[in-house]
Amino acid sequence: MIADRQMRSENRVVIAHVYTATTAIALGAIFGVFQGFSRAGAVDAPAWFDYYRILTLHGVLMALVFTTFFITGLSLFVTYRAIPRERALTVGWIGWIVMLIGTAMAAVEIVLGNATVLYTFYAPLKASPWFYIGATILVIGTWVVAYEIFENVVYWRKHNPGTPVPLVVFCAAATFVMWVVATLGVVAEMAMLIPWAFGWIPKVNVLLTRLFFWYFGHPLVYFWIMGAYIIWYNIIPKRYGGNVFSDALTRLTFIMLILLSTPVGIHHEFMDPGISSAWKALFTVTTYGVAIPSFITAFAIFASFELAAIKRGHKGFIATVRSLPWNDPAFSGAAYGMLLFILGGFGGLVNASYSMDAVVHNTIWVVGHFHVTVGGPVALTFLGAAYWMIPRLTGRALWKPEWALMQTRLWFVGMLVMSFAMHFAGLLGAPRRTSDVSYHGAAVAAAWQPYMIAAAAGGLLLFLAILLFVAVAVGTLLQNRKTESMEVEFAVPALSAETTPGALQHLFRWGAVALVLAVLVYAGPIAELVHAPGYSVAGMRTW
Amino acid sequence: MHVHKYERAWLIFGLAMLAVFLCLLAVAAVSNDIVPPSGMQQIDPSTVARTPPFDKPGLRRLPDGSYEAYYVAQVFSFNPAVLTVPVGAKVTFYVTSTDVVHGFFVPHTDINMMVIPGWVNTETHVFRTPGEYLLICHEYCGIGHQNMFGKIEVTKV
Repeated sequence: MIADRQMRSENRVVIAHVYTATTAIALGAIFGVFQGFSRAGAVDAPAWFDYYRILTLHGVLMALVFTTFFITGLSLFVTYRAIPRERALTVGWIGWIVMLIGTAMAAVEIVLGNATVLYTFYAPLKASPWFYIGATILVIGTWVVAYEIFENVVYWRKHNPGTPVPLVVFCAAATFVMWVVATLGVVAEMAMLIPWAFGWIPKVNVLLTRLFFWYFGHPLVYFWIMGAYIIWYNIIPKRYGGNVFSDALTRLTFIMLILLSTPVGIHHEFMDPGISSAWKALFTVTTYGVAIPSFITAFAIFASFELAAIKRGHKGFIATVRSLPWNDPAFSGAAYGMLLFILGGFGGLVNASYSMDAVVHNTIWVVGHFHVTVGGPVALTFLGAAYWMIPRLTGRALWKPEWALMQTRLWFVGMLVMSFAMHFAGLLGAPRRTSDVSYHGAAVAAAWQPYMIAAAAGGLLLFLAILLFVAVAVGTLLQNRKTESMEVEFAVPALSAETTPGALQHLFRWGAVALVLAVLVYAGPIAELVHAPGYSVAGMRTW
Repeated sequence: MHVHKYERAWLIFGLAMLAVFLCLLAVAAVSNDIVPPSGMQQIDPSTVARTPPFDKPGLRRLPDGSYEAYYVAQVFSFNPAVLTVPVGAKVTFYVTSTDVVHGFFVPHTDINMMVIPGWVNTETHVFRTPGEYLLICHEYCGIGHQNMFGKIEVTKV
C-alpha cells in the first residue's frame, strides 16, 4: 500500500493546480459579469481600465488559465491515484511553477494595458513581447505536466507487461497527447510574433498567424471537452453506482479525439480572405467528423445511467432519471453540463456549416455557443468534480455542501438564460467583442437591447454561482472537519465488457498519426499562403 | 471489438445525419452557388490610398446594371461611411484594411467578412428591401472599436 506521506505530498501538487484554477475563475467571473452589464448599457468601464482590457482578462483567465490548470491538476490527480508508487514530485512541481510564471507574466502585461489583444491576440494588433513570451511559457509548463503523465504510462507498461494502462490514466494521457500535437500550432505562431513584437522582424504574415492560431484554437476546446470526458467516463459512474459502458469504446473515443481534434481549425476562418473555398469546404467535412466521438460519448454515458438503474430494479426513462443522485453536487454538475452540451452540439454543427456560419460568424451567437460548451459541460463538470476532489485532496469534509449543490443549479439556469439570450441576439445581428452595442441609437441595434439585459441577468446568476463555489472551495480549507474517507475509486467496465484490442492501447503511435493527419490537412492552405506573394504587415497598437 | 446493437443503430443515425447535412451543403453549393466567401486578391496595405479603385472608395455602376462597392476599413471608420444604393441593386463589395484586422458585417443580410490587411475580401448581395442598414465592424480592432460603423441606405427607385 502506498504510504500516506507519499499521497499527501502528491496531493499538494494537485491542490496547487486546482486552487490556481479556482483563483482564475473567481477573478474571471468578476470581469465577466461586468461585461454583461456594460453591453446592456448599465455601466461603463473607466478609462484607466477599459472594457477591452477587462474582456482580455476574462477570456485569458477563463479559457486559458482556469481550464488548463484544472485539467493539469485533474490529470495529475487521476494518474497519481490510479498508478500508486513511490515517486519524486520534482517534475510535477516544476510544471506548476513554470505554468504559473507564464501566467503571471501575461497577466501583468494585460493589467498594465500592454496587451489588450483579447485571448485570440490576432496580429497585427501588437502586444508587448512579454505577453507572448508569458503565454508561451504557460504552454511549455503544460508540456512538463504532459511529460509527468507520459512517464507514468511508460512506468506502468514496464512494470505491468501485457496489462493495459488503467482506463482513467489512458484518458488523461490521451488528452495530453492531443494537447502536445495542438500546441505546436500556437508555439509556431509565437515563433513569428515574439521576434516581431521585439522589433527584430519588421512585418508579420497576418493570415499565417491566424491559421496557426486556429490550428491550436479549436483543439483547445477539445482539450477542455476531453477533460470533462475523463470525469464523465471514469468518475461520475461511481456517483450512481454505475460502470464504464465499454472499456474499448472509451479508448476508441479518446483516440478519435486525438486524431480528429486538430485538423478542423479553419472553420473559424470561413469568412477570411486568402484561403480558397475548396479548403474551407474540406474543413466543414473534418469538423463534422469530430462530432462522432461525442455521439459515442452521448450513447455511452446515457447507457451507463440506464444499466445502473436496471441493476437497482428501475425500468423506463422517468424511473432512470429519478434514480440518479441529483442531490450530489459532483453528479449534478456533470449531469447539468451534459444537458447544456446537447445545445452546444446543435450550435456547433451550425457553426461548422459554412453557409449558416455566414449568418452568425462573429456575432454574439458564437459567444453564446462557447459559453454553453466551455461554460456548460466543461466548467460545470469541473466545478462539480472539484467538490469530489477537494475532500480527497485535503482530508477535510466539504464546507456547506448544500451551497455546492445550489451552485450547480444556479449555474445551469444562469447559463441557459445567458446563452439563449446570446444566441437569439446573434441571429438578430448583435456583434461580439464590443463594449457598447447601441450604435448611437440605430433601430437594428435597439432590437438587441432586451436580449442584452437577459444575458446580463444570466451572467449575474453565473457570478453568484461562482461566489458560492469559491466560498465552498476556500471554506473547506479554513475549517477542520475531517472527511470520512479520502479513498478514490474509478469506474470499471461493465461485466459484459470484452477485452480491448491492442490497437486501442498505443497512445503515442496514434499521436504520431494525428500529427501526420494535421500536416496533411493543413499543408494545402499553408502552401497557398506561403506561395501567395502576400503582404506582411507592420502592425500597431490601437488601444 | 463488440459494439452493442443499440449503439450501432445510434452511430448509424448520427453518421447518416452528418451525411445528410453535408449533402445539403453540397446541393446548395452546386445549385445556388452558396460557397464560403474567399477573396483571393492581394493589395499592399501601405499604398491602399494610391491604389485604384481603393483610392476613390464608393459605389460604381457596371454596364450590366449591377454595382461594385469599394470600401477601405481603418481604425475606427469605414470609407465610405454612408453608401446609397437603389432597391433591387446587386452589389459586390470589395473591402480591404490599411492597418489591423476588421470585420465587415451588415445584420439581416449574408454580408459577413473578415477584413485582413494585405487582402481584398469580397461578397455579393442583392438589396431587396428599402431602408437603412447598419454596417458594423464585428472584429475587435482597438479602443474605439464600438464606434466603427457605417450605414447603407437602400432607397426606393
